[in-house]
Amino acid sequence: MKLGILVNEGPYTHQASDTAYLFTKAAIEKGHKIQRVFFYHDGVYNSSRLTEPPQDDRHIVNRWAKLAKDHHIDLVVCVAAALRRGIKDENLQEGFRISGLGQLVESGIQADRLVVFGD
Amino acid sequence: MTEATGGIEMDENTGGKIKKFLYVNRKAPYGTIYALESLEVVLISAAFDQDVSLAFLDDGVYQIMKGQHTKAIDVKNFSPTYRALEGYDIEKLYVEKESMEARGLKEEDFIVPVKVLSTAEMADLMQSQDVVLSF
Repeated sequence: MKLGILVNEGPYTHQASDTAYLFTKAAIEKGHKIQRVFFYHDGVYNSSRLTEPPQDDRHIVNRWAKLAKDHHIDLVVCVAAALRRGIKDENLQEGFRISGLGQLVESGIQADRLVVFGD
Repeated sequence: MTEATGGIEMDENTGGKIKKFLYVNRKAPYGTIYALESLEVVLISAAFDQDVSLAFLDDGVYQIMKGQHTKAIDVKNFSPTYRALEGYDIEKLYVEKESMEARGLKEEDFIVPVKVLSTAEMADLMQSQDVVLSF
């Protein structure tokens, strides 16, 4: 199945990003195709290159980036939501790209299921 | 990249497919940003010629209440935008009856024409959709 993923919450405060990541990873392992992961609302913070969690904790940003690199997944950060929150190309982690909300609507159209992770 | 379609070339990526999109709004308009950013997606999706509906549940019913004044909290009052949806051919707006009544609201308290649905009817509406985005 072709899946679109929407992440609506930032890292660490809410479980949404963790659940989305684990779901995405499990879906890939089951042989599903991830059409795109779209980050919206505070979800855009999942892409900040400046994130530095304590060493004994999971690194949510790098974890997404690695998953994207290993499986060629399109990680898209909403431009409007990002600019509002100070996320720009200059502090965007590798593996993410900034684009418009049309990418989210397109996910809804192209994917067999759009799975939403939020509060 | 075009502004109206939020960064994608429409024809090559949507293949003329039309799906039923339902945007579920559950939160009050100004305590969090969900309502405003939901509305931003709704406006973009209008450019894709999709079959769009909006549902208002829980505190989400406050989003379309008449007489919003936000000057004192220094936040932009975006409620007039709901009235502009008609111009984008987005005319299917639904309010859950139980949420509305629990908050002492009536159909005439809303700034846009809505259809009031019971919880069971709302469930049927959700069931009939291709894509449900809950904010």
